[in-house]
Amino acid sequence: MSATNIKADGKVNFWAFANPSNFMKLSGALLPWVTAGAVLCLAVGLGWSLFGTPPAFDHGEAVKILFVHVPSAMLAINTYFLMMIASLIGLIRRHPVSHLIAKAAAPIGAGFTIIAIVTGALWGQPGWGTWWVWDARLTSILVMLFFYMGYIAMWNAVEDPVKAAELAAILCLVGSVFAFLSRYAVLFFATLHQGATLSLDQEQNIADVYYVPLLIMIAGFYLLFIALLLIGVRTEIRARRIRAMRLAEA
Amino acid sequence: MSALFWRDVALSFRIGGGAGQSLAFFVLAVSLLAFGLGGETDLLARLAPGALWVFALLACLLSLDRLFQADYEDGSLDLILLGPIPVESAVIAKTAAHWLTTGLPLALASPILAVMLNLPIEAWGALVGSLLIGTPALSLIGSIGAALTVGVRRGGLLLSLLVLPLYIPTLIFGALAVRAAALDQDVTGPFMLLVGVTLGCAALSPFASAAALRANLS
Repeated sequence: MSATNIKADGKVNFWAFANPSNFMKLSGALLPWVTAGAVLCLAVGLGWSLFGTPPAFDHGEAVKILFVHVPSAMLAINTYFLMMIASLIGLIRRHPVSHLIAKAAAPIGAGFTIIAIVTGALWGQPGWGTWWVWDARLTSILVMLFFYMGYIAMWNAVEDPVKAAELAAILCLVGSVFAFLSRYAVLFFATLHQGATLSLDQEQNIADVYYVPLLIMIAGFYLLFIALLLIGVRTEIRARRIRAMRLAEA
Repeated sequence: MSALFWRDVALSFRIGGGAGQSLAFFVLAVSLLAFGLGGETDLLARLAPGALWVFALLACLLSLDRLFQADYEDGSLDLILLGPIPVESAVIAKTAAHWLTTGLPLALASPILAVMLNLPIEAWGALVGSLLIGTPALSLIGSIGAALTVGVRRGGLLLSLLVLPLYIPTLIFGALAVRAAALDQDVTGPFMLLVGVTLGCAALSPFASAAALRANLS
C-alpha cells in the first residue's frame, strides 16, 4: 500500500483505490489469495456436500442441488446490489474504477443468475414435477436476468467508454428501482393467482448436516465471485490503457 | 415548455410523424392474435386482459424511438438542451406529447378491440381506465430508454431490451385490474397500485431521462 493511501491522521484513505494503479497493486496482491481460498472452499464444499451428506427423505439425492442453487441465487441478487452501489459511487464521485467494477460484475452476476435458474429447474423437476412455475421467487430471478442483459447491452452499444459508463450507471440505478418494484409486483400477482406458493425457504429450516457444507459453499462462491471480479476489473483497466496508448499513437 | 409540447404534437401529425401508427399496430397485433388462435371466443375472452395490455405496451414501445431520435439527428435536441427551460421540463413536455399521440389513442380505441376479443362488458371500464392511468407510465419509463439510446445507431432493439423489463410492474398491475374486473372482483387495489406506479414514474423518470440526455450530448 503506497503512502498516498494513508491520511495524516493515520486512517486508510479508501478513495485512493479509485486510482487505477493503486487498485492494480492491491488487487494484484489479493488475487492469488482469493483464488486459492475459492478453490479450497469449493473443493472442500463440493466434496463434503456431494459425498458427505445423506439424501433428504423428501428430496432424495436431489437435495444436493441446494449446495449450488442457494449460493448462486444469493450472488445473483447481491451482485446487482454491488453494481447499484458501484454505479452510484461512480456517478457521484466520478471514479472510473467504480464504473469498471459495475461493468465487470454484470456478466458474473448474469452467469450466477443463469446457474440459479437452471439448477432451480433441475431441482423443480424431481421436487415439484415441473421445470418452471410462475412463482414469485422464480419470476423475480428471471427479471434480474433481464436487467443484467440490458445493462450488458448498454455497455456494448456505446463506443465512448466515459459516456457508456455514465449511461450504464443511470440504467443500473433506474433498473434497481424497478427491480425492487418488480420483486413486489410479482409477489402480488403470484399470491393472487398461484394459490399456495411453493416454499423455497429450505435454508431457514435446514438440518445441521446440510448447514455447514452449505456455508462453506457460500463462502466458496463469494470468494470465486471476488476473484472473477478482480480479474474482470484488472482486464478492463488494462484494456483502457491499451486504448489510451493507441489513441496517443494515432 | 408548452411551445415544445405543441411543436411535438404538431410534428407527429405531419407527414413522417407517425401519429396513428402505433394505434394501427395495436389493432393489427390484436387481430393477429385472433387469427393465430383460430378465433375461439372463450379462449380469446380469457386472454383478452393480458393480451390487450401486452399489445398496448408493445405499440407504445415501438413509437419510443421517435421521442428524441429525430431531434437528435437534426440537431434541435442540442438547442433544446441549451435553451432557457431545464432539461427535465423539456423531457416532461416531450413525454407528454408522446403520450397524447400514442397512449391516449390506444386507451380510447381499446373498447373496439375489447369487442373483437370478446372481453366481458363489465371489464371495459377497467380496461380504458387502466390504460388511461397506465400508459403515461409507459411513456415516462420509455423516455428513460429513449434518452439512454439516443446516440446509438439502430438502437431500436437495444431500446426494447432496456425498456421491456422496466415495464413489468406496470403490465402486471394494469392487466390485473382488467382481469379482476372481468371476474367481477374489486378493482381498487390494482388501480391504486397502478396510480402509484404512474406517479412514481412521473416523479423520477424526468430526472433519469435528463441525466441520460446530458450524458449523451456532452
